[in-house]
Amino acid sequence: MTTLLSIEDLRVAVDIGGRAYDALDGVSLSLSEGEARGLVGESGSGKSLTLRAVMGLLPHGARITGGRILFEGQDLLANGGRLQRKVRGTGISMIFQEPAVALNPVMKVGEQIYDSAMRHRGLKKKEAREYAVHLMELVGITDPAARLNAYPFELSGGLRQRVMIAAGVACRPKLILCDEPTTALDVTVQEQILRLFAHLRDELGAGLLYVTHDLAVIAQLCDTLTVLYSGKVMESAHDRRSVFAAPHHPYTEALLAATPRIDGTVKRLLAIPGNAPSVMDRQPGCPFAPRCEYVTEECQAAPVSMSPVGDSWDVACVNPLSPAAESTEAAEGAR
Amino acid sequence: MAPLLSAANVSVAFKVGHGRHATTLAALDDVSLDIGRGEIVGLVGESGSGKSTMARVVCGLQTHENGRVVFDGQELGYRRSKEQRRAIQLVFQDPYASLDPRMTVRQTLAEVLRVHRIVAKTDLRRRCEELMDLVQLSGRLLDSRPGGMSGGQRQRVCIARALAVTPQLLVADEAVAALDVSVQAGIVNLLADLRTDLGLSILFIAHDLAVVRALCDRVSVIYHGRIREERPCQELFDDPHDDYTKRLLSAIPRLDGPRTAGLESGALRHA
Repeated sequence: MTTLLSIEDLRVAVDIGGRAYDALDGVSLSLSEGEARGLVGESGSGKSLTLRAVMGLLPHGARITGGRILFEGQDLLANGGRLQRKVRGTGISMIFQEPAVALNPVMKVGEQIYDSAMRHRGLKKKEAREYAVHLMELVGITDPAARLNAYPFELSGGLRQRVMIAAGVACRPKLILCDEPTTALDVTVQEQILRLFAHLRDELGAGLLYVTHDLAVIAQLCDTLTVLYSGKVMESAHDRRSVFAAPHHPYTEALLAATPRIDGTVKRLLAIPGNAPSVMDRQPGCPFAPRCEYVTEECQAAPVSMSPVGDSWDVACVNPLSPAAESTEAAEGAR
Repeated sequence: MAPLLSAANVSVAFKVGHGRHATTLAALDDVSLDIGRGEIVGLVGESGSGKSTMARVVCGLQTHENGRVVFDGQELGYRRSKEQRRAIQLVFQDPYASLDPRMTVRQTLAEVLRVHRIVAKTDLRRRCEELMDLVQLSGRLLDSRPGGMSGGQRQRVCIARALAVTPQLLVADEAVAALDVSVQAGIVNLLADLRTDLGLSILFIAHDLAVVRALCDRVSVIYHGRIREERPCQELFDDPHDDYTKRLLSAIPRLDGPRTAGLESGALRHA
């Protein structure tokens, strides 16, 4: 499979009070056609910033200070981002978390769906409207012809999110960036939206880069996984199943232990002590070290780089967990 | 033993629309709910199902038409005495919005203690520290403002504020929904500890069933203002009876579940 997106050592700085801080500190990941990669992390870990950097939609005060973003082998950032502008909408599209905010409140939803199709694919208005009806059917909006003329405020949250997805896929993008698209939705609606994404992934071969903090959603939709913490990649693997079964990074393990389960025996959840570090006080070593239960002096001394622990499985940890260390005696011994 | 709170056949209707579009919306339709002493009861449902309206009725922030709300042997109405209000306290979803950004934690807690005349002025400092201890926060945070705190810390302050008047029932309306999982786990554990240590009863309102399963003794599932199923927690998850509950449970993504299948092939026409 060909590589669709490749992010290499991406650095993004944000200006706070006249000083620049590294919000993304060397993020690398890649995505092939038809691949769904989950990007997980807590708030402030840089998940959304990564997507926005690819899209060229960084917020005011944030800028790319290093690294490359390749889309189908071509550098998106070259020539002042000319290619980025060209592929935005047609090659890459983004679906945001909050449809109430991302949609234009004074524009009919039909228009918002076919706008890009008219611009990029040269459809006439009549064709464009028919196409929009088809897209709305596809995303599961009932009575699409009538809803074409509705304004966003007339629709429920679930319908609005579907409108945004319809608008996002209108130009058949090869890469869809999803920024927590189901977080604000009810589980029954979320299930339908996830099926829609699965369909786009399998039938259209679209690559999905799916940002969420919900590991269970990743489990349902994604095959590959990247775990972000404090602007750095902690763990990255081609087989998310084995990561969930036996993670190598203590942070991934802690995230899994904090996630409430819907089946199995009810166990007390394990909260991660402390708070995620602010972008303003980054440590020299591993950013997770202050909260890590396996921390050693080495962790805090120098930056930790990614190293392979398995087949297409990399971890940024001085003492990665091994499946053998799962037993408590081994963990005690390590401390 | 009679339950601490017993709401029976509560109905609430809202007027919506104007003129010829005017109609009523049944937010709660004949809802009954019991909460025993030291019990954690979950109320789950989707948005618009009436969860928060129920919370408001229990706290006396919303009038109800039919039915009775009996608390500790007394019938409660919309108008309540200070003591009655003190006994039931509410924690909101969004700790960013429910704390005054200009007040320090100490001022926030002291205000409640002063208004309700809980402790003598000389004991304020000690009581504030006790409350912080109770929600597992460092006393050093007493003089900081919400702006400098994380979401989890703020939610703990909100819980401390609710506990300041020593309530018997805590109503947590989506109290963990806005938090990261690692922080959410801490708040869930804190609520469980408060029940054990203080014998506190909790009405835990949530849309996330996995969290409810981790915390609650009994669960009521609400849909369109009606209770669809009310069972002990473990039983409900193992063997749901109601069709809606079944659908809700099957829609939850699972960590070790099968990969979601796409729609029927050919559903997407290539234009």
